[in-house]
Amino acid sequence: MPKCDRLVDVGRRQFLRGGAVAAAGAAATTVAPSGPAKAASRARVDYPSTRLANVKDLKVDVPLDIEYPDADSPGVLLKLGQRVPGGVGPDGDIVAYSTLCPHKGFGLTYSAADKTLNCPGHYSRFDAEMEGQQIWGHSNQNLPMFTLRIDDKGDIHGEGVDELIYGRTSNVIKG
Amino acid sequence: MTYKRATDQLPIPPKNATVKNVTCDFCIVGCGYKAYTWPINTQGGTAPGENAFGVDLSEQQGALSGEWYNPAMYNIVEQDGKPIHLVVMPDKDCVVNEGLNSVRGGRMAETRFSGQMGTMTDRLTSPMVWRYSQMLPSSWDDALSLTADVTRRVIEEWGEDGVLVTMFDHGGAAGGYENTWGTGKLYFEAMKIRNCRIHNRPAYNSEVHATRDMGMGELNNAYEDAELADTIFCVGANPLETQTNYFLAHWVPNLRGTSMDKKKAMIPGEEHAPAKIVFVDPRRTVSINACEAEAGKDNVLHLPIKPGTDLVLLNALLTEVVAQGWHAQDFIGRNTSGFDAALAANKTSIDEAASATGLKAADIRKAARWIAEPKAGGKARRTMLCYEKGLIWGNDNYRTNSAIANLSFATQNVGRKGTGCVRLGGHQEGYVRPSDAFIGRPAPYLDEIILSGGGGIHFIWATDTFKSGLNASKFRREYRRRTNIVKEAMSAIPYGDREAQLDTIINAIRRGGLFSVDVDILPTQIGEAAHVVLPAATTGEMNLTSMNGERRLRLTEKYMDPPGEAMPDCLIAARLANALEASFRKAGHDDWADKFKGFDWKTEEDAFNDGYRKNAKGGEFVTYDRLRAMGTNGVQEPVVGYENGKLIGTPRLYTDGKFGTEDGRARFFPAQWRGFDPADRGAQQEEFPFLINSGRKNMIWQNAFYDQRSPFVWERFKMPPIEMSPGDMKKLGLEGGDLVEVYNDVGSTQAMVYPTAAAQSGQCFMIFAAPVGQHGNIVSRGVNELRIPNYKNVWANIRRIGRVPDADTISFKDLEYPQDS
Repeated sequence: MPKCDRLVDVGRRQFLRGGAVAAAGAAATTVAPSGPAKAASRARVDYPSTRLANVKDLKVDVPLDIEYPDADSPGVLLKLGQRVPGGVGPDGDIVAYSTLCPHKGFGLTYSAADKTLNCPGHYSRFDAEMEGQQIWGHSNQNLPMFTLRIDDKGDIHGEGVDELIYGRTSNVIKG
Repeated sequence: MTYKRATDQLPIPPKNATVKNVTCDFCIVGCGYKAYTWPINTQGGTAPGENAFGVDLSEQQGALSGEWYNPAMYNIVEQDGKPIHLVVMPDKDCVVNEGLNSVRGGRMAETRFSGQMGTMTDRLTSPMVWRYSQMLPSSWDDALSLTADVTRRVIEEWGEDGVLVTMFDHGGAAGGYENTWGTGKLYFEAMKIRNCRIHNRPAYNSEVHATRDMGMGELNNAYEDAELADTIFCVGANPLETQTNYFLAHWVPNLRGTSMDKKKAMIPGEEHAPAKIVFVDPRRTVSINACEAEAGKDNVLHLPIKPGTDLVLLNALLTEVVAQGWHAQDFIGRNTSGFDAALAANKTSIDEAASATGLKAADIRKAARWIAEPKAGGKARRTMLCYEKGLIWGNDNYRTNSAIANLSFATQNVGRKGTGCVRLGGHQEGYVRPSDAFIGRPAPYLDEIILSGGGGIHFIWATDTFKSGLNASKFRREYRRRTNIVKEAMSAIPYGDREAQLDTIINAIRRGGLFSVDVDILPTQIGEAAHVVLPAATTGEMNLTSMNGERRLRLTEKYMDPPGEAMPDCLIAARLANALEASFRKAGHDDWADKFKGFDWKTEEDAFNDGYRKNAKGGEFVTYDRLRAMGTNGVQEPVVGYENGKLIGTPRLYTDGKFGTEDGRARFFPAQWRGFDPADRGAQQEEFPFLINSGRKNMIWQNAFYDQRSPFVWERFKMPPIEMSPGDMKKLGLEGGDLVEVYNDVGSTQAMVYPTAAAQSGQCFMIFAAPVGQHGNIVSRGVNELRIPNYKNVWANIRRIGRVPDADTISFKDLEYPQDS
């Protein structure tokens, strides 16, 4: 909680009246990091390589909840149905984003009507077809996009993030 | 490619980081922030005891965290000449913004000067003067003495009317009490300069003369009143984008119903409900959409008024409210004057208004009910009436401003909790200057003086009228021509021969030239024409006081060095005064030289003590130390005392029913409808098919002086967008991202087509004061009787001239949040 699709069920107004919610739950990562985190002397964080899903799990415009780089960082895996910048997979249309709004951490919801991620907190909007570009909103950065790799079996792996994820001073906070 | 900062982690402020109070640089709301600084070779840790926030930063933080900062809130800057870490982040304990940041204020850190990080590296760092046919760095002494000598020679030959001044009058960055006082003391006390203009209008005048003349200051309530109102009536304003956190933290709770407990506690004994809201605006803005998402469509009434006819609507609402007997009869009798005459003069039926405004009669009646129909038990409704540039820069400013004030007086929607009749504001305020009464009314039209060859020297303070003026194409052409006469003359004479230079400059002015002195923090477009450029410090590089839209006074503390030799504007004014004193004395004019005494300030606090403390109402109670102790919540002006270590303020004005007139009664004004003012707009409307409305967009502050240097913003708006309806685009064969020329009988400009489903056919919207496509190019010179421009009612045609570079990397999706999310 909040997850991008479940939020719809909760109801937006009820969600907001409940006030600030914890940003993430306690689901376990599906795959362990590829290697142990090294000492703090390295200049950049080491991202885990995490299996998120298989291409067969995805249907166009049906968002799939994921967690990356760890269980406290909710995200969404999307198959958009047409090739987009940063898209991977056989059709170049698979993308993944953090679903914590980079303004104040509310959970984003996916609108299939125009392929956008939208924040119920303060109405910010991000374009899922344009690498998370903020269409309108209060965030001072664009939406963090997860770097994806697809292996021979069609497994989709998260392997990096291009912006700081909401609510953390380091994208990888769990050693 | 969408711009990403590629930052994966940030330094952590240690427990002993230095923390300073900051009020946002930008809009009127003045959100509270904190600046954390710490030495470059130290750092905090994730454990609660190791960082400045006292929280576990190894854990994911929850929504609305007060402890999260991101790359745009971080920079490396210099303090006492040494690089340090800087984080500028919203303050969760500030009652104004409650920890929220806008897309503008949330980028304060990355818009600071940083040689280390490469941000804003084209800040002006030293004075520049025109010599050897180019602008070259020079010393303060040289630049100031040249400026003073030219000023003296101009005054000797043409008197003080030969000196022209364009200057800010506001608070926040590029303003504030210190700097308005410094410039004001120079031009209104030491000198008596009549030929002035303000940053966004061509004369030295008020945007809201009428409400002041009626006895009501325009910032008369508290932000809390938006949480308490039964109804908010909003004319020509778009608060979600232009007063963002006022809207989010104070309007939304009332629309959402989460301020009900506060209403019951603060206003017992009457029924309460979540607020209803009325918007009067030709344009459906994102504010309206957000209100519908929060309050439901049944509680939001959008009146998409025919451009320029607000006055008719306001008069009809007054007429209807009184006809229904909903007016505050006791208050009108006891505390006002002129009611009967104004009511008779302004009488407008609902049907007349419907015809003139294009609105439905039923909607006008509904608006009247929402504004004034008494609540259960005959309790008066509490309505907050508010307005901004749609009214101020719209048609017939004085009468329209009168009409909304009339409506607030008739319903006693001022001085009570949950009410107010307020402008929403653009910049923060911070005005304290010697009297400008000698300027007269109407004030001289400075742009026209420049266009007609008047004046010898022109000072420009933190303003770029090449972007923000009206009749802007002609103004630019003429300004460049006149300043170039002086440049060419100066280039022919060795710079070191000052007397010869002065003779040459004065001769060039006699031949129609103009000498230009520009004071700013960054290079500007008008500054390219200048002969002297002086580098200013901005807030955070100096201590600066301002007040916000509820008169909340705060001190932004200095937390970093200004770049190079840049100085606060107040000290530039003081050093200029010193140089003028020296120049006049050297020339043997001791009487003139003596006028420039009293500028021996060493710091901005000296200017504050000389200006605010001695001249502002309640200023005697206020010191830097006391303000520092009041933190980001400050105190609401006027300050009325100091008790138990705290400044005592005034949450709302006119609670005693005494107004700012000689007899203390608020004055109703007649405000008859007279059609378009200036009248040429009526003909323009007939001739050209598209209304070219203008205003601000969320992402861009003012004339984009920082934003055009910010890749995050500039990738989206490298060309100013023009919002157009899909139907109009189809008619013209346009697509999103097309570059179009917008042209009319006045001039032409350019913009980037942004498809906007909510736009009405025939109505477009452009950014005001954009750097690469000035709306002002197509705004005619016409002004009202007090020289307030009408920037809003402009008509033009549109034609395609190509495609915006990299348009394919820009998202052109709809700006509105989908209400069914």
